[in-house]
Amino acid sequence: MRDVAILGVGINKKWGELWEMSLRDIFVEAALNAVDDAGVDHVDSMYVGCMSSGLFVGQEHLGCLMADYLGINPVPATRVESACASGGAAFRQGFIEVASGTSDIVLVGGVEKMTDVSGDEATYALSAASDMEYEAYHGITFPGLYALMARVHMERYGTTREQLAHVSVKNHKHGSFNPEAQYPFAISVEDVLGSVMVADPLRILDCSPITDGAAAVVLCPLEMARKISKQPLVKVLASAQASDSIALHSRSDLAWLEAVHRAGEKAYKMAGKTPKDIHLAEVHDCFSIAEILALEALSLVEKGKGGQAAESGMTALGGKVPVNTSGGLKSKGHPVGATGVAQVIEITRQLRGSAGERQVEGARTGLTQNMGGTGGSSVVHILEAV
Amino acid sequence: MANPARYWREIPQRYRLEAARCTSCGEISYPPRLACRKCRSRKFESVVLADEGKILTYTITRVGPSQLADLTPYAVGVVELEGGVRIMAQIADCDFEELAIGQRVRLEFRKIQEDGQAGILCYGHKCVPV
Ligand SMILES: [Zn+2]
Repeated sequence: MRDVAILGVGINKKWGELWEMSLRDIFVEAALNAVDDAGVDHVDSMYVGCMSSGLFVGQEHLGCLMADYLGINPVPATRVESACASGGAAFRQGFIEVASGTSDIVLVGGVEKMTDVSGDEATYALSAASDMEYEAYHGITFPGLYALMARVHMERYGTTREQLAHVSVKNHKHGSFNPEAQYPFAISVEDVLGSVMVADPLRILDCSPITDGAAAVVLCPLEMARKISKQPLVKVLASAQASDSIALHSRSDLAWLEAVHRAGEKAYKMAGKTPKDIHLAEVHDCFSIAEILALEALSLVEKGKGGQAAESGMTALGGKVPVNTSGGLKSKGHPVGATGVAQVIEITRQLRGSAGERQVEGARTGLTQNMGGTGGSSVVHILEAV
Repeated sequence: MANPARYWREIPQRYRLEAARCTSCGEISYPPRLACRKCRSRKFESVVLADEGKILTYTITRVGPSQLADLTPYAVGVVELEGGVRIMAQIADCDFEELAIGQRVRLEFRKIQEDGQAGILCYGHKCVPV
């Protein structure tokens, strides 16, 4: 297997409700930014991570659509879907293609255009990441599914409502340093606790928003990057993925993400690292409780202590392991298929030392964790400055 | 409206709570499946789920899908039935304030939703406090 480097990264100028931009324009803007950042004049292959363009826009077959509008035909282009983990899974496919020697320069993008439908239709599209016959049929929504996990975590470990709020407060604080974020402003614990209840005990400010956006990266062999890169080099140390039952109720532990744990263990092993070696992480905070569960499954905090980690500042900028310096899904926004790729971009910028006001000093090794549904699909990558 | 076959084929498990017990390891699959998720055996015998159990966790859905608008807010939870099988179900006829983890519930056959204005009525089980 060849070593793989991240040669270029690109994202939209701003994420949010991009009324004036179509699905294809959103994707192509981010992809062109990545190609420019990489300084390449061609790519050999492309993957597009997208969860549900069919339900959100009525458009499938994104591989050739995006290749056409990027002007890169006839290179092979394939869409990858794993619900909210589509971006991470697409990045993993790009990594495998370069590592295997099949292609040299691979473009991986993720995109979601979520605001062309009503809130109700968006909720329906997202619920398709759960078991439609045995979960959604009974009226459980995504905030509801994470609320079910939150309640068990609170009952078992004594995690408090305030600690959940601290996750959102921290990520909004981080996002206030990110001009690309959908909601780049700080909020308070009182704001979270006073926001409207969506699914007890989760309130609207525990939930990531509906977002239009795309993110893209260019991958190539590390040896090639050493010759052509004008940027500090970032190497992909590990790529791992694991699965669990799609239905939350089919799992033995309702306050534990086994697929995240399995993917994390595989990634640490592949990278030759332990959780102690991780300087910062971007994790999938689709809901406040999700960040807590992900950090515990990745052994970045002790089991049951995820809430305390947010409250104590351990996972804030300046803390022991800063988590979601980009603002996370909560503040930066969550265009579902783009999220996994955007996580890789944030870590890459941090390892390049180009994260601006939110730079983590001395960051050398970073981790990304992206999951679909309630964690039925989970992808973990570990990146390192070289 | 979807082809009613999608609904019709789920009737044995939705209406009659039919499940499949693996004849080699005893794992009960609900709904029935073609390969055991524990031992990958493909031999099963048909069993019927118990209709009583306890709440493992629950939430109150305050913002729900449009087809359940008339019902919102409503409680939903994960229930462990006697015998160990876990299901997702609405918790009906309850006082939200009195719901608790560990609470005993019984399954009752109820209307769950309607498939559009001219569509079929969709039934299944909800649980009610014992
Ligand atoms: Zn078996």
